[in-house]
Amino acid sequence: MTAVLKAEGLTRSFGHVMALNGADFEVGLGEVVALIGDNGAGKSTLVKALTGNLALDSGVIEFDGRPVTLDSPTTASRLGIEVVHQDLALAPHLNPAQNMFLGREIPAKGVLGWLGFMDNKEMRDRTRERLADLGGTVRSLSSPVGSMSGGQRQQIAIARAIAWADKVVFLDEPTAALGVVQTKNVLDSIKRVRDRGIAVVLISHSMPEVLEIADRVQVMRLGRRVATYDGKETNVEQLVGAMTGALSLGEVSNGKEAA
Amino acid sequence: MTTTAATDVEKTTDDDESGTVLQRLAGTQAVWILGVLVVIVAFFAISGGDRFLSTANFSLISQNLAVLAVLGAGMTFVIITSGIDLSIGSVLVFASVISAKLMSEMGGDGAGVVIVGILAAVVAGAAWGFLNGFLIAYAKIPALIVTLGTLSAALGLAYVLSKGINITVGAESLTDFGIYTRFAGLPALPLLALVIVVIFGIVLHRTRFGRHTFAIGSNQEAARRVGIRVDRHLMLIYLITGVLGGIGAVMYLAQFGTTTIGGQSLTNLNVIAAVVIGGTSIFGGYGSMFGTIVGLFIPAILQSGFVIIGVDPFWQGVAVGAVLIAAVYVDQTRRAAAQRGAPRVKQAKEGTK
Repeated sequence: MTAVLKAEGLTRSFGHVMALNGADFEVGLGEVVALIGDNGAGKSTLVKALTGNLALDSGVIEFDGRPVTLDSPTTASRLGIEVVHQDLALAPHLNPAQNMFLGREIPAKGVLGWLGFMDNKEMRDRTRERLADLGGTVRSLSSPVGSMSGGQRQQIAIARAIAWADKVVFLDEPTAALGVVQTKNVLDSIKRVRDRGIAVVLISHSMPEVLEIADRVQVMRLGRRVATYDGKETNVEQLVGAMTGALSLGEVSNGKEAA
Repeated sequence: MTTTAATDVEKTTDDDESGTVLQRLAGTQAVWILGVLVVIVAFFAISGGDRFLSTANFSLISQNLAVLAVLGAGMTFVIITSGIDLSIGSVLVFASVISAKLMSEMGGDGAGVVIVGILAAVVAGAAWGFLNGFLIAYAKIPALIVTLGTLSAALGLAYVLSKGINITVGAESLTDFGIYTRFAGLPALPLLALVIVVIFGIVLHRTRFGRHTFAIGSNQEAARRVGIRVDRHLMLIYLITGVLGGIGAVMYLAQFGTTTIGGQSLTNLNVIAAVVIGGTSIFGGYGSMFGTIVGLFIPAILQSGFVIIGVDPFWQGVAVGAVLIAAVYVDQTRRAAAQRGAPRVKQAKEGTK
């Protein structure tokens, strides 16, 4: 399997803090890669760098085998990379359909569309389909997102990312605020996305969840990748050991090398 | 408006939760405040009688509101992005001074003179709008500070250019348009204002540009992340507001035939008050053009009504202040309650069980 998105030696410092210190990463189409690590290990920074939300000090990012510069989220989107941020990044005053299509509004047909008018019905219908695909519990498409529960908001954010990503989708702790049923729904839809041949990167603190769904697990510590494991052959002790540094010396890899 | 209402009724048949335009409007602050306006009008209609309800009186009220309404159209956009424009009154004065000066120096009453006057006012307004927008969107200086600065600078320059003496407009075709021209019995200036407000209302509520305006006010970071060019959008909104200030300046000259350099010191606050009374959130993300118009009428009706029933019109200021604070208080509590219980969602869920 070839990596669709690959990063080598990424560094970025904030003042004296090295958030990324030579971090490597790769993910292939049709696989779920879990990215784990303790708080401050650099997971979120890495995701930001790979989605055009953060400028790097040094390092190379390759997409489809070609080096790319991800200087804005729009650049990443154009390549088919989407991200569900930990803080959701929804507009609370807008309703689910408006959020879903924010920045990508479907124009109305004909001259009206050219004038900037939108096809609200079409956007609402597609939003309803997407949410249904996800097994969601969002019932009202006209209420502002801000009045909904954390789980419902998470579903909308995930549905939005999945709707637009055709290569890579990053999910930053997608199930952190969800109940048991909703978590299962989200994990199911992650599998569905993977089966469509899209690369899924899952950042999570929940080890059982990671073990259930990940094809590979990449462990970050102190701003770099310290280990890569095959999702089926690893276990919680090994992962926690690598995360905390109790186990790892240099970089470990027991999985098939992806690149 | 009627056509959009009709299409939305159709949509409800396959989407039982979105509600009609009317149902959605009923939940908004604008309608609540419209009720207040109706009560005020009814009160003065009863106590003031025919003198209040006369066509002449409402024609006068609408004349007085025309310029404010045009400024309010821009201000609604600005406040929905959680910005503010304090400079709008000064920009109007500056644009009117430039325009009047040019027209009086050219002399005469030809169409050319008037066109130059109009263009000059619009360009002058646009220049201040551009400066505001650039400093707010790109230099990242808070809107309150930037527009406080341009409030002072634009007025100062207007004094410099005019040496503090008001300039009379000689072009009678312009002033005649402002005073005498009527279309279908309606005075020209309020009609022009109505057209502008309706266009901007449609842009705000029906187009991508409007949707992005709400999104930026609601969560600027979210808007940025989905690829909306937030800086450019903010820049455009302040630019448009400046242009509307220029158009307002022309309308002002058409109405009064002279600049009033010292007479616009409260215009900015009156416009902001109208926008906020109309239910637009000063924190951004929420608001309507319809509300702004209702919010403009409340002070104007109070003013007119107090004069007619013989109450000292200075009470108008007191009453408007009270309405402003009450409107925002009610709006906040209403929305806090909605946030806690999400009543509309709950009802929908119970309805399906």
